[in-house]
Amino acid sequence: MGSNAVRRKMNRSALIFGALCLVACSSAFAQMELNGSWTPRNHEFLTGDGLPVDFTGIPLSEEGRIRALSYSESQLEMVEHQCQGWPAFYLVQGPFGLRIWSETDPLKGNVISYTIGGWEDRAPMTIWMDGRPRPSQYALHTRSGFTTGTWEGNTLVTYTTHMKAGFLRKTGAPSSDEATTTMRFYRHADILTILEIIEDPIYLAEPWILSRSFQLSATPQPPIGPPCITAYEGSVGPTAPHYLPEKNPFVNEMTTKYGVPRDAAIGKPETLYPEYRRKIPPATAVQ
Amino acid sequence: MRVLFIATLVAPLFVVLQTPAAGQDRNAAATAKASAPIDITGYWVALVTEDWRFRMITPRKGDYQPVPMTPEARKVADAWDPSADEASGNQCKAYGAAAIMRLAARFHITWQDDSTLRIESDYGTQTRLLRFNSSTQTASAAGERTWQGYSSAQWEGPASLKVSTSNLRSGYLRKNGVPYSENATVTEYFDLAPIPSGGQVLLVTAIVDDPQYLRQPFTTSSQFKKEADGSKWDPTPCAAK
Repeated sequence: MGSNAVRRKMNRSALIFGALCLVACSSAFAQMELNGSWTPRNHEFLTGDGLPVDFTGIPLSEEGRIRALSYSESQLEMVEHQCQGWPAFYLVQGPFGLRIWSETDPLKGNVISYTIGGWEDRAPMTIWMDGRPRPSQYALHTRSGFTTGTWEGNTLVTYTTHMKAGFLRKTGAPSSDEATTTMRFYRHADILTILEIIEDPIYLAEPWILSRSFQLSATPQPPIGPPCITAYEGSVGPTAPHYLPEKNPFVNEMTTKYGVPRDAAIGKPETLYPEYRRKIPPATAVQ
Repeated sequence: MRVLFIATLVAPLFVVLQTPAAGQDRNAAATAKASAPIDITGYWVALVTEDWRFRMITPRKGDYQPVPMTPEARKVADAWDPSADEASGNQCKAYGAAAIMRLAARFHITWQDDSTLRIESDYGTQTRLLRFNSSTQTASAAGERTWQGYSSAQWEGPASLKVSTSNLRSGYLRKNGVPYSENATVTEYFDLAPIPSGGQVLLVTAIVDDPQYLRQPFTTSSQFKKEADGSKWDPTPCAAK
C-alpha cells in the first residue's frame, strides 16, 4: 500500500471519528447524572389519607370505580395477597427514597441500563437503555413490568408496559395489566422530579398525571427492602372479603371527616378540574 | 494527517457548542423571548391529582400534613382567623407566589415584553411577572413587598425555565393558615412534557425556603394541562375561607 493510500485511509478514519464523536459525545453531554441515593420530599399527599374510600384526584372510569368500591382491605389478611406488592408506578406514590445505579458496556462505555432499587412491596425496576425491542404483549407480566428509556436532552424518558394488575392507590383503586406508565426524570441541581403519566384503558377515564421530588443524599438509600413474609392473619374460608359497590360502608367517611364531596372521594374525573369548585358549597370544610 | 489533526480539534469543539452552557452564551445577546428554548405560553389548567383536600377546598384548621412546619408556624396556623383576614383586607394571603401554582386554578402565560413573562391566575385574579435580565440587586431594590414578590427568570439547560422569587409579603402555603414569612424565597423550575395519548403538560417544581416557619424547604411539583383557548377562564376574587 502506497503512502497516499495510507493517508486517505487515515483521513477517512479521522472523519468517521469526528462524526461519531459529534453524535455520541454530544448526547452524553446532554444527559444528567441520575446514579446515587435520593431521599423523598414527602410534602405532597399522593397515597391518600388511609381512609378506605379515598380516591380523590384519581380519574377512575365507571368500571374502575365499581371495582374500587368493592374492595375490602381485609383482603390483605389472605396469604395470597399479603406480598402482592405494587406496580412500577408506585415509585412516585410511595413514601420511600430511591437508589439508582447503572450498568455500563465495558467496551463502549455507554449505559446499558439503569436500575432503581426496590422496597418490601415494590420490585426493583430496570430501565433498558440499549434499544432492545419490547416483548410480545403475551409475555410474562411482572410487578415492575418492562421498561425502556431514552434521553431527550437532559430528561430521561421511560415507558413501562407488562405490569401485573395491581392498585393505583392502596385503598383499592385498581390498575389493570394493560396499564402503561410514562415517566420523565427532571434533574435541577440536587432535586430530581419524576413526572408520571399512567394510562389504563380499563380503569382510568383519562391519564392520571402526578409527580414527586427527591433530594440528592449523601446517606445511602437501601437498594432493597426487608423481605415480605406471609403469615396467618385470621383469614378463614375460600371467599375474598369484599363489599357490594353500592353498599360500601365507608363511602361517606371523607365527607364526614374532611368535608370532601362524595363525587370527589369516589374519583369522578370532573372533580380534578378547578371548575368543580363551583359545585362545592362555600366553606364546606372550614370549621 | 492534517485532516486527522483538524477533525480531532473540531469534533470536541462541536460538542462544547452543543452543551447547554454554550447555548446560553450563544443566546445571551438575543432577547429572552427570542432565545426561549421552550414555549410555555397559553392557557393551562391545574390537574388536582394530588393533595385534593388541601387544594380544592379550604382544609379544616389543624389539618396541616405533610407540611414541615416549625413549632412557631404551628402556633401561627392554630390562630388562623379567616374573618379577621377578610376584615383587614388580607383575603389574598393564600394566593401569593409561594402557594399560587398549587391552587386549583387556570393560568394564562404570555410575553408582556421581550424580557418579561406574565402569569395570570383566574382564581384570585393574581398576576406574576417573571423578569429576565434582572439581578438580585434589582430584587432588593424592588420596593414594596407584594403577594407575588419579585421574580427573576432565566432559561436553564436545553429546555427549562428557572424562576427565583423574593420580596414577598408574608402569606399562607395553604388556605387554612399555614404561614410563610416575608423572608421566604421561592425557587421554581418549569418543564414541559407531552401526554402520550395527546396534549401537553407543564410541570412546575416549587421549593419554598423559610427558616422561620419551615423545618426544611417545602417542595411540591404541580401539573398543568394545556387548553386550546380561554373559554373556561373564570376570574374569581380572593377568598379567605
